[in-house]
Amino acid sequence: MAEVIKIKKGLDIKMNGQAEKIYVKAPRAKTYAIKPGDWHGLTPKIIPKLCDEVKVGTPIFYDKYNPEVKFCSPVSGILSSINRGERRRIVEVVIEDDGKDTAESFLQGDPAEMKREQIVENLLNSGLWPAIRQRPYTTIAKPDGKPKSIFISAFDTSPLAPDFEFLLKDSEEDFQWGVNALKQLTEGKVFLNLDGRYPSIRTLSDIKGAEINRFKGPHPAGNVGIQISKLDPINKGDVVWIVQPQDVVAIGRLFKTGAYDPSMVVALTGARVEKPQYYKTIRGAAVTPLLEKQLKDGDKRVISGNVLNGTSIDAESGYVGFFDSQLTVIPEGNYYELFGWMMPGFKKMSVARSFASTWLTPNRKFDMDTNFHGGQRAFVMTGEYEKVLPMDIYPMQLLKSILVNDIDKMEQLGIYELDEEDMALCEFVCTSKTPVTKILRDGLKAMRKEMEE
Amino acid sequence: MSSLRRFVDKIKPPFEKGGKLHIFLAGFEAIESFFFVPNQVTRGRVHIKDANDMKRSLIIVIIAMVPALLFGIWNTGFHHFQALGIEAAFWQMVWFGFLKILPIIIVSYVVGLGIEIAFAQMRNEEVAEGYFVSGMLIPLVMPADVPLWMVAVATVFAVVIGKEVFGGTGMNILNPALVARAFLFFAYPSHMSGDKVWIAGLADGTGIVDGYSGATILGQAASNTTSFLNGLGEAYTSWDMFLGTIPGSLGETSTLAILIGAAILILTGVASWKVIFSVFAGGAVMGLLLNLFAVNEFMALPFWEHLLLGGFAFGAVFMATDPVTATQTEKGKWIYGFLIGFLAILIRVLNPAYPEGVMMAILLMNVFAPLIDHYIVESNIKKRLKRAKVTAN
Repeated sequence: MAEVIKIKKGLDIKMNGQAEKIYVKAPRAKTYAIKPGDWHGLTPKIIPKLCDEVKVGTPIFYDKYNPEVKFCSPVSGILSSINRGERRRIVEVVIEDDGKDTAESFLQGDPAEMKREQIVENLLNSGLWPAIRQRPYTTIAKPDGKPKSIFISAFDTSPLAPDFEFLLKDSEEDFQWGVNALKQLTEGKVFLNLDGRYPSIRTLSDIKGAEINRFKGPHPAGNVGIQISKLDPINKGDVVWIVQPQDVVAIGRLFKTGAYDPSMVVALTGARVEKPQYYKTIRGAAVTPLLEKQLKDGDKRVISGNVLNGTSIDAESGYVGFFDSQLTVIPEGNYYELFGWMMPGFKKMSVARSFASTWLTPNRKFDMDTNFHGGQRAFVMTGEYEKVLPMDIYPMQLLKSILVNDIDKMEQLGIYELDEEDMALCEFVCTSKTPVTKILRDGLKAMRKEMEE
Repeated sequence: MSSLRRFVDKIKPPFEKGGKLHIFLAGFEAIESFFFVPNQVTRGRVHIKDANDMKRSLIIVIIAMVPALLFGIWNTGFHHFQALGIEAAFWQMVWFGFLKILPIIIVSYVVGLGIEIAFAQMRNEEVAEGYFVSGMLIPLVMPADVPLWMVAVATVFAVVIGKEVFGGTGMNILNPALVARAFLFFAYPSHMSGDKVWIAGLADGTGIVDGYSGATILGQAASNTTSFLNGLGEAYTSWDMFLGTIPGSLGETSTLAILIGAAILILTGVASWKVIFSVFAGGAVMGLLLNLFAVNEFMALPFWEHLLLGGFAFGAVFMATDPVTATQTEKGKWIYGFLIGFLAILIRVLNPAYPEGVMMAILLMNVFAPLIDHYIVESNIKKRLKRAKVTAN
């Protein structure tokens, strides 16, 4: 077995509402949606007309700037609506399920015996290509791109994250097929990173064709960006592709069966959930059947994803995001708190050691809510970000270079290596309540624009 | 919802946009957020926030200053009555000191916060809490007999020129409290230095014991003696220097009280222990060097006594650690702190113009902090470039 890479910096946020390891087959949703907003820099062009019939794997829209990148329906039925948001941007492309699951068929066969072009084409046609993203920028990989390596992080250290060991246990063979396919896409290595905290876990440890490493440490040790920086750091001009484990399984199944399998597991977690558990469902499912009889009383926020990297969705009309294996429901923090800033804080979670909870109940789990806890200020405290970002990067200096739009400095300070999820903890701990991840994304956008012109 | 909250909600509307009292919004919000942490919720992809905020971090700094403040109150009374030759009870001394210091604190906060709120209103921002700390630091670095109008003038100068012209809290280059002190030191030297200013009532001169001297230990050391005497002509021990029963600025004398503050700051993680530690280390190294090459009595003063004297400990714990004006990289904090300590003792002993060097050393390093950071960040950049070249080959 490969070595265990220890991550020292970071922070595990202990929260109530961890999903119990039970699979529940979710009641089938009536509608499913693909949300173009799940990908950065995507301009969708709708293919079928409203009320057209679609099958599982029928393309429903494509990327205006890379027309070969198609996005496919996860169920069979009709294209029922295209929901738009601000400035008529397409937010959701909704399919009404007919329950028949009639499916398109794709190329079947052992990827080891296929040419790269065939694999790429099969992934593009089946709508699985968008599951492959690239760093820097975390945009959809370019089909003709040549990544120097492909990274799969097979564990998640975010708060209340699903246990991928549990989730992938019975899919090892499909996973192997997926790795075989991915291996053909790069001349470099495929890196498979496993959780080093539980060395006894053997799931995925026998996967062939990938370099297996184990990472041990607090969040964000499970973030693929951190793992890339330790194993194969991104320099100017480098491109690394990343794929999430459930998508590796879907890719494997595509080649094994010749069909797009949209099934996936989603963990329902959080302090406002009656019974946190795992659901077998279908990609892009409406959340209502999952949340039925599961929500506790009180104001709450439903998040597709986790509390550090997730999209706020509506409990009535929201859909699970393409990349999200987790739904989190936490209390909304829209309350005033009398003298909150000078109370001892027995029930508050903070990395600052000025709260009673830090000293009296260090292992306490918290009902974290969405309160902002103060107001936004200029940068004052220093050294906070560095403690939760396990990379050789100066985060505050990088943020300042973004704020003044200094492209050269951003590049020099390592913006290519980062994604919002990697700096989410910086935003969490910031005393000045700086919108760190938004600033970073603005920087990445500016950088991408600059490089592509 | 509490009745207080209902009351605030009731009186709020005129302050909001379009209301009659809108120009006072910043002030209203400052007071409102003093009572209530706002009901604002997170937006964007990060949905939870650490419970800590700027107010809490800075209130910890004020709490850490309380021991020094309390000691300063007593010490002011103690020296006053000593100079008058009156046997006073403990509470008498405390009461005298309290009446002496309270007006200074009030002037400092009223003037400083007034300017902060005005600027925040002008910029349409929330009032930043930075002045919480500066407002307490300024009184603690003043001599007991400082005229109140001087405190006010110095505060105006410090807040406007030291901070607001750069853009407010978080943007300033120099520590505002030190700017206030430096301003008075150069503008009104007779009130900020010499042998008469450190003890309340001494400059006035009525009822003072004959031959009573109010010279600070550093004042005496500058005239090249190391047998330090108190006002009545009795010898000071190192213990006196540590406890702080010596004349000096209001909050700076007691190393013990300051160390209690340092413990609070370090345990809560509000101030950088690296800076505090390295200031002391730098001072000790310079002291040792001077001991080694001593050609006069001051240079031969044991290096550790330097750390107990003047504003050294106070500067190390409360001034050098100001995160805005210190270096912002962790490596830089070691260098920054060390040089402050090193230069402070150098200036103190070898420059006859200034009996105390801490203020100068910190202000100087405030100016150099961005340069230190620049080189450290540059080395990170070079490392990244080198890595890119290695993989490219």
